[in-house]
Amino acid sequence: MIGVELLSKRLYMMLLSTDYVFVLILAPRIGYLPLLSSQLKPFFCGALPPGVDTIWFEYKGLPLKWYIPTGVLFDLLCAEPERPWNLTVHFRGYPGNILIPCDGEDSVKWSYINSLKEAAYIIHGSSKNVMNMSHPDQVELWRSVMNGKLELYNRISSKLKLGILGDEFSARSNPSSLKSQQSVNETEATAAPKASRIPVRLYLWTIDDDFDDLEAAPNFDSWDQISYINRPVEINGEGKYFTLLDAVKSILPELYPDSSNTIKAEIKKEEITEETTVESVETESTSGHPVIKLLRIQGIKPKMDIPFSWVVNNLMNPDYFLHICLYIKAPKPISP
Amino acid sequence: MGSGKATCDGSLSSSEFLIAANAFAEKWKKFNSGFPEWSWIDSSDRLGFSAHKHNDGYLSLQNVVLQRDLKEKLDDEGSSNDHEEPLDNATLVHSSDGDGYRYDFHVVYSSSYRVPVLYFRAHSSDGQPLSLEEIEKNLPTTSANALIESKWTFITQQEHPYLNRPWYTLHPCGTSEWMKLLFEGDDSTTKRGKEQYLISWFSVAGQVFGLKLPFEMLKSIS
Repeated sequence: MIGVELLSKRLYMMLLSTDYVFVLILAPRIGYLPLLSSQLKPFFCGALPPGVDTIWFEYKGLPLKWYIPTGVLFDLLCAEPERPWNLTVHFRGYPGNILIPCDGEDSVKWSYINSLKEAAYIIHGSSKNVMNMSHPDQVELWRSVMNGKLELYNRISSKLKLGILGDEFSARSNPSSLKSQQSVNETEATAAPKASRIPVRLYLWTIDDDFDDLEAAPNFDSWDQISYINRPVEINGEGKYFTLLDAVKSILPELYPDSSNTIKAEIKKEEITEETTVESVETESTSGHPVIKLLRIQGIKPKMDIPFSWVVNNLMNPDYFLHICLYIKAPKPISP
Repeated sequence: MGSGKATCDGSLSSSEFLIAANAFAEKWKKFNSGFPEWSWIDSSDRLGFSAHKHNDGYLSLQNVVLQRDLKEKLDDEGSSNDHEEPLDNATLVHSSDGDGYRYDFHVVYSSSYRVPVLYFRAHSSDGQPLSLEEIEKNLPTTSANALIESKWTFITQQEHPYLNRPWYTLHPCGTSEWMKLLFEGDDSTTKRGKEQYLISWFSVAGQVFGLKLPFEMLKSIS
């Protein structure tokens, strides 16, 4: 839930400095902020001077990047979820030096399709499936994303044949496919691909202060504090049990300097999982290694040892990217 | 991963990119001695803690003045003057005055498309950033037409992956396709091919801006 507030002060300079308009709306996690425009405008149009409006949103002074899905922004910027989420909406003064220009729905659609193309390229080595989509399908797909229509989305997107990973757990939870243990094993065997690339976008915030309590987490005041890593996770199959932790390791090996490849020993894995919980032990922070303070996907803090295939199949966004928010505590780098 | 395949499918791994970037910068320096140099911007500490495994960074060429008039004149004269002078294809002017537009070019590796991507921005001599329309107007006529017709590349505005700011970029989704064409029948020299990847790549990508590589530089890779 997002509370959106128009700071009239910005529009009328000092004239209406105490006059605020508040609107409370529900915004879909998988959506994009500018798509709320048609819902919001009726509330504010009375307060807008004539001229061209370009909508943009701000949270605690930070202009929000509209091309990042709304839920990801929320997970990233609110260490402790803020409900309702208090955003300020602007219709003028677009910060073009920080944000890519947005000409309404078309820009968002274009950005979404580009992201989808990129995902397709990562998965298949070609964007052709997306490029060759029929026009009606493209329109329908976009409509399903815009309106959060899951069934429609599933129907159209399945035509793209971007199935990423076999999910060894759906077979078990699905009662119609309850078969002998042997056939489940077969499913697992066929589900594990030889080698696959999974589209992942990682948003990473490195903090050098220690904080125990998420409410005490410092606020962002600039996007420069966030590193963005757009690097696919590569799984070299062989039927190994590939966890979320393995995926994070493959993108950020520098977080785990001692364990070069995949997890060697079960005990070691448990140690690392311990480290990654929010209540990480004080001894970890003094060891000098960067430590994950928080990992959040779609508002969930998943355990690090769950299968990555489950995470991807259930938590990816409609652009086929898995968006991961990471807070990392690291010792301050020695500046030259 | 089958690294031996790299040149055949037109793509490049991130470690190959690093090698190719170095080779490109060196060759550029050798054959374009009158011009600004490409420098490697090391970003391996951008996460706030040191990266041991990733050689993270990109190539940068800053403050290049592109003057349209000069470019057109040279295009009319014909593209290859085979004199010994490296300044022959002088579509580049390195100067701090004059009224040309200044360009910054960055070559960033895309892990998604496994190819180099050209990011750029431009500003006028008084420091005003140029809009896409102004940039397109300033491009050589041939490449402006090519941009409209071609399917292999187009200019978009994207976030610079390292700078967190909107930059212009040539969209990379077709790059591996045309690089594959360039490398066709050349898979005997795989390792060499990878090293020279950026030179071949820039000989195409740079053309959008009328940036031509000296003949000697191209000759050195064949």
